[in-house]
Amino acid sequence: MTESAHTSDRPVAAAQPLPGRRSRRARVWRVLRKAPPTAWFGLIVIGLYLFVAVGAPWLAPYPESELVGGAFEPWGGQFLLGTDQLGRDMLSRLIYGARNTVGIAFLTTMLSFLLGGGLGLMAAISGGWLDQVLGRAVDVLMSIPQLIFALVLLSILGSSIVNLIVVIAVLDSTRVFRLSRSVAQGVVVMDYVEAARLRGEKLPWIMRREILPNIMPPLVAEFGLRFCFVFLTISALSFLGLGIKPPTADWGSMVRDNAALITYGDVTPLLPAGAIALLTVAVNFVVDWFLHKTSGLRE
Amino acid sequence: MNPVLRTILQRLGLGIATLFVVSIIISLTIEMLPGDFARAVLGQSATPETVAAFQREIGLDRSPVVRYFNWISGVLRGDFGESYASAGSLAGHRRLVAEMIGPRLLNTLFLAGAAALIAVPLSLFLGFMAALYRNSFFDRAVNVVSLTSISSPEFFLAYILIMFLAVKFPIFVSLASITPNMPFLDRLHAIALPTLTLVLVIVAHMMRMTRAAIINLLASPYIEMSRLKGARPMQVILRHALPNAWAPIANVIALNLAYLVVGVVVVEVVFTYPGIGQLMVDAVSKRDLPVVQGCALVFAGTYILLNLLADIVTIVSNPRLLHPR
Amino acid sequence: MNETAKSSRGARTKGDVLLEIRNLQIEGESDEVWQPIVRGVDLTLKRGEVLGLIGESGAGKSTIGLAAMGYARGGCRISGGSVVFDGIDLLTASDETRRKLRGTRIAYVAQSAAASFNPAHRLLEQTIEAELREGFRTKAEAEKDAIELYHRLRLPNPEEIGFRYPHQVSGGQLQRAMTAMAMTCRPDLIIFDEPTTALDVTTQVEVLAAIRDIVEQFHTAAIYITHDLAVVAQMADRIKVLRYGKSVEEAPTREMLTSPREEYTRSLWSVRKLGKQEQPGGEPILQVKNVTAAYGNAVRVLSDVTVTVPRGRTVAVVGESGSGKSTLARVITGLLPPIEGQIIFNGKALPRALKERNADTLRRIQMIYQMPDTALNPRQTVYEVIGRPIEFYRGLTGAKKEARISELMKLIEMDDSYVDRFPGELSGGQKQRICIARALAAEPELIICDEVTSALDQIVQEGILQLLMRLQRELGVSYLFITHDIATVRAISDEIVVMFQGRVVQQGPKTQVLSPPHPPYTELLLSSVPEMDPDWLTNLLARRKAQPEAMKAGDR
Repeated sequence: MTESAHTSDRPVAAAQPLPGRRSRRARVWRVLRKAPPTAWFGLIVIGLYLFVAVGAPWLAPYPESELVGGAFEPWGGQFLLGTDQLGRDMLSRLIYGARNTVGIAFLTTMLSFLLGGGLGLMAAISGGWLDQVLGRAVDVLMSIPQLIFALVLLSILGSSIVNLIVVIAVLDSTRVFRLSRSVAQGVVVMDYVEAARLRGEKLPWIMRREILPNIMPPLVAEFGLRFCFVFLTISALSFLGLGIKPPTADWGSMVRDNAALITYGDVTPLLPAGAIALLTVAVNFVVDWFLHKTSGLRE
Repeated sequence: MNPVLRTILQRLGLGIATLFVVSIIISLTIEMLPGDFARAVLGQSATPETVAAFQREIGLDRSPVVRYFNWISGVLRGDFGESYASAGSLAGHRRLVAEMIGPRLLNTLFLAGAAALIAVPLSLFLGFMAALYRNSFFDRAVNVVSLTSISSPEFFLAYILIMFLAVKFPIFVSLASITPNMPFLDRLHAIALPTLTLVLVIVAHMMRMTRAAIINLLASPYIEMSRLKGARPMQVILRHALPNAWAPIANVIALNLAYLVVGVVVVEVVFTYPGIGQLMVDAVSKRDLPVVQGCALVFAGTYILLNLLADIVTIVSNPRLLHPR
Repeated sequence: MNETAKSSRGARTKGDVLLEIRNLQIEGESDEVWQPIVRGVDLTLKRGEVLGLIGESGAGKSTIGLAAMGYARGGCRISGGSVVFDGIDLLTASDETRRKLRGTRIAYVAQSAAASFNPAHRLLEQTIEAELREGFRTKAEAEKDAIELYHRLRLPNPEEIGFRYPHQVSGGQLQRAMTAMAMTCRPDLIIFDEPTTALDVTTQVEVLAAIRDIVEQFHTAAIYITHDLAVVAQMADRIKVLRYGKSVEEAPTREMLTSPREEYTRSLWSVRKLGKQEQPGGEPILQVKNVTAAYGNAVRVLSDVTVTVPRGRTVAVVGESGSGKSTLARVITGLLPPIEGQIIFNGKALPRALKERNADTLRRIQMIYQMPDTALNPRQTVYEVIGRPIEFYRGLTGAKKEARISELMKLIEMDDSYVDRFPGELSGGQKQRICIARALAAEPELIICDEVTSALDQIVQEGILQLLMRLQRELGVSYLFITHDIATVRAISDEIVVMFQGRVVQQGPKTQVLSPPHPPYTELLLSSVPEMDPDWLTNLLARRKAQPEAMKAGDR
């Protein structure tokens, strides 16, 4: 019943030529135009990565894991960026890496938010023993460094992509839990939530209509930061040989596999590492600006 | 009882309880072992007898409770069990986990200590300056640089440093191998690059947090009041801000030293430094559980201890607790 | 010192000009655009004179007060004009010159003393900081003088209070300690920025009296900033009314009170002119019987409270912070189930807890909150806010729901065009009207109003009270009106309940409660409410001196 009510929610607005929506788009554009160069840089880089990740099969000159030449072939000619230790095309693997590494990190972050965000909201709203139990459990989980805990679990479960995603998502969801719980608590004490309770509204409605819309900005910013953290953790694990396994192209393991080249002064292994750094920098720049914009605080 | 003492004892008790729970978790993770684990460790050629012997040896035939108490009572006596590397090969000599961890822990503490010694004062200084001259060119520049540094994986920074400071300009060495009877200065030379990598990462994090904490502090009404009372800028900082800054600063330091403990893992692998992080990574890829568990407990213990110290500083610098009503 | 200076303020001698502000312009940054906050204000202050700056929120009075010290908060800048203090232009003077004047010749007393004292230092250290820094006195002399000032400000235990930390001292005492701190260097000018706004009325009297006496004793000039005309009437020789960063009018206190020139000035005490004709009570709609309640296992917040609300009438619950009046509302609504006692609504006992009440029961009792800002979800349009209860309780959708919304908008005297706005796009008074509409949408029989006007400016308050009274006449709804403000009680109530520390001290029809003889606490509370008469404080203090026992409950 509530669902149908929402679709008929804005007939008054619909009668007019959608002034709200147009002005929102105009507002977004106005905000973007005033964004600092760092934020612009970040947005463009993120767009570029998305483009490469989606278009990998069409952009890459060679398949992801086919041996197309000799090991460690130099740059230029047939292989723009040379080949790796087995003779796979470096550029193609870099391109596919965007899809694999970024995709896995994104999935992990999503999962971590569903888990941590959902539980955090529930803890904030219902309080009482549920809040206590979840809070204590998270305290304990967070008292073990995340990378170390991930290492322990992966040593037991063995490292597969699914294990990797689940383990990192569960560990990372503790931080999402803390944040969403604390921002939601700030909203839960508001009189409008009490008013909804006094009206007799049920928990799902309160969560979805009263609380969620008000905690979106900090959660969106946190999503960016968590993504960076997850991305770096997965890359680090892959680099340590415990994350994404060959032959899947992945930036972390590509650095590890080709690290020997560094000692000959060859920068090739720095390319995947740089690709990781560039995306994280870009996301961080955007989040930094977004936080500054939405916090409303002028430092 | 004195409220400060009481709060500290409470916090101490909580720390010990946490460590206890963590040890249970670390011990129980073994319950999640997949069925073919023994074969994965011993290799496909292992006979059913060896597999059975191995499973008995790691205690899979006993209840988790018994196994936990065996393990934890050993840990409390300094015995972390035996490495699997010696199991299975029945004739092989037995390697004690404690003996493997001990010297490597010292190496790691040496590396982390060197990094902390440089990073803490440097980042506090930079953080203070950025907070005091916020929105200046210096502040913006530091913001962009530190954000970039935070965003880079440790191995990226490490390889860039190797590229420039060991390959192009061979000032330092890329392999940080140290031996027990190496002279102190040679040791320092050997760990220069890993230390520098850690410093870069930690300073970025720590100065950003310091800056935020100081800015937060300077926004307090009593700081404005001290300005309106005509205090000199230096007095505002030293007399009015600093006494209230210990708690946030201690938290920033503890958080980052804890981060350092983790960051050390990757850096040790890059520079093949014989520390506990590298030991753990090796053990994980060999699925040598007793070593993994021992290392994890050491890491978790350090982490909990650092946070405990920060909490204690917070408690003893809180006038509300020091001077109860 | 000069003890005889305690005479009436009219007799004070005014010296030459101390502070002269000309065409002051101040801008504030919002969204990277500089907007004017203060637009060309002039102000002249003579030595020993007290000027009251009065205005509603956003009038720029605090900003002007700080500008008088040559100071602008972060995000603000002084963009024009001049501030000349004793021949020195503070806006062109060097930082060092300005710094040396602050704390020594110009001092500041902030609104929130609890936040403005450094939590890490003892009161005494902070009190004497400025004079030690400038080397005016030795430490021993300074401490002796500070204790002397604590005496004069009638702080309890003046010898020892200085050795306490701020969190160990109550709000009213901190405010007096801050005045002592301002006074240590015997400044020429003190800026008082709403020093009693955060205090309860009974505490306020003490602080006002202490501030007034010490300013007179030392012949200090002062700018006294407040939004409460009755308070400023006790303190100031002259009053300047501000609005939107501009000066409305300025006149000597008595003249301003008896014959203000501007309509706006008159509106500043508009609530005081409202007065509802008391109606006799009929059958009760709500009976709170012998209710006792507590949070957790802590101390009781309500003990044996009995309150009756007659149908179609307004019962005002008055009391200071900690009296339990808001807890009473939580108990009635079921948010806090009582430990003992009953709540009887329409003759039937209500379930104690919110969860056990059905939708129809919930519909009949509605609530309006103090802060319209937190009572409305910033992400919901007016349409959603008002539409939801209609849909929830009545099941109306589509055109019927819209018609009802339109009806309700008319009822709260707002135009239909507002329905698509978000709360952020409405003024404070409009937001409170939307809250009223949301309550009415449920077609309730009883509305609990929790301090519904105290966050609003005076003129807006009047509008809201008028609206509530009209709605009662038209719809016959009953109100339980919780407030700490006696003027509001006079304006709206039929019956009054006086609460103190979780107990009902007195209850009865308005005229009976408001006319003597009063029980001691009611007497203290009523007598502590400042009146427009400039002699009110003087007379009150004289009266209390004659009967010292009436003071006891107020010294907190």
